[in-house]
Amino acid sequence: MTGTPARSVLVTGLGATTPLGGDMPATWRALLDGQSGASVLADEWAADLPVRLAARAAHDPADLLPAPRMRSLDRSQQFAMIAGLEAWRDAGAPEVDPERLAVVVSSGIGGVTTLLDQYDVLRSSGARRVSPFTVPMIMPNGPAATLALELSARAGAHSPVSACASGAEAIGYGLQMIRDGRADVVVCGGAEAAIHPLPLAAFAAMRALSSRHEEPKAASRPFDKQRDGFVLAEGAAVIVLEAAEHARARGASTYAVLAGAGMANDAHHVAAPEPEGRGAAAAIAAAVEDAGISFGDIAHINAHATSTPAGDVAEAAAIRRAFEGHADRIAVTSTKSCTGHLLGAAGALEAAITCLTLRDRVVPATANLDDPDDAVQLDLVRMSPRDLAPGGAALSNSFGFGGHDVALVFTEA
Amino acid sequence: MSDQLIADLGEIVQEATGIPASRVVPGVSFRDDLDIDSLSMVEIATMAEDKFGVSIPDAELAELKTVDDVVAFLGKAGVPA
Repeated sequence: MTGTPARSVLVTGLGATTPLGGDMPATWRALLDGQSGASVLADEWAADLPVRLAARAAHDPADLLPAPRMRSLDRSQQFAMIAGLEAWRDAGAPEVDPERLAVVVSSGIGGVTTLLDQYDVLRSSGARRVSPFTVPMIMPNGPAATLALELSARAGAHSPVSACASGAEAIGYGLQMIRDGRADVVVCGGAEAAIHPLPLAAFAAMRALSSRHEEPKAASRPFDKQRDGFVLAEGAAVIVLEAAEHARARGASTYAVLAGAGMANDAHHVAAPEPEGRGAAAAIAAAVEDAGISFGDIAHINAHATSTPAGDVAEAAAIRRAFEGHADRIAVTSTKSCTGHLLGAAGALEAAITCLTLRDRVVPATANLDDPDDAVQLDLVRMSPRDLAPGGAALSNSFGFGGHDVALVFTEA
Repeated sequence: MSDQLIADLGEIVQEATGIPASRVVPGVSFRDDLDIDSLSMVEIATMAEDKFGVSIPDAELAELKTVDDVVAFLGKAGVPA
């Protein structure tokens, strides 16, 4: 420990393009309204798949980006651009030295649709027909590189990859960059676009997806007894982190304080969660300690809970393990019930939602939670949104295949 | 110099890069005047191959720096002006 307190880091901008809406305000409204972004895919290519459920982005990027730009960017990069520029504008397009501006945007899978589409081109038309943009489109750092180029961010462009924890890890990385004095403003988040037959078939082969085709809007049902897997979703979310003194000097408005981040790893199984939630609890405890608050200060958790039978129960165990008796006084929700699972963008979207939860002091309800699993002993917010008393802090959990555990702590602005 | 060839080339450039076809005129350099990068030039070449029914080897592509270079190349390849 040194005598120098860590630089305080504020959230000054939010942006998103999701199955619930083309921007952050529309997404937030739909979430409070309990809407679902899931539907049965009508595409011909989906007809023979065991799972044909997904949550497409509400707005097609083609409506917002010019055609030549569309052709040189993977869909995940298109989403990153749209959400990133929204967050940047929302922050008031801060005047910042490019050498003090960084971008940390992750993707769980990268340009998988481009990779597979261009392989089809190679096989059907030959090597000379493969797009010269293929490599920059498929690289998993593509969303970060695209946005850094657009914003002229020279302090660094990074993309920590940890499957479905990637977006949260990006935000943790951004926090550290500001604390370390490597940047004053960091644009961070996640982007994902993997609705394609192969990822759908692959996740279905793991038995990770819901197959509730007859009721798509009820398919994502975290913590419910009848849950049977997650709904694959796409989109992006980006938040602007800013050193407090930088934000105050320019009179920026603030959503929340990013007070701490904690990370751990299960080292248990490449895909299955550790059933006792030890790794997740360690990440939560590290985040709370990093934030310099106590467990009793956390009033709300935006859970990772994806609606898989094993994962939701393991997370509930982790919350119990970390918070012990305090867990009974924490309002827990899973917004994936409405958004579906945005994989590498999920942690970023849920961080952004957590910021709005703190600003508006209202916790969105977990949709479709008709009959909570008896193994989940938590105060779940269901049926309708719940007001959050002033002062309480919030936690956003994100976990990823590979055993990655990431937790972020936000406090009131 | 063929107005039609240049108009066709302008359409290709516009489709590939978004740069207005009207900026594709004699004397213009793709890189220096239109800021077109090497990846977009590859795409433009592929689209030109389709449009004009010619093959543009990589060694030739490297030499196609201006609108005039392309028109001369197409003439040499037997594309009617």
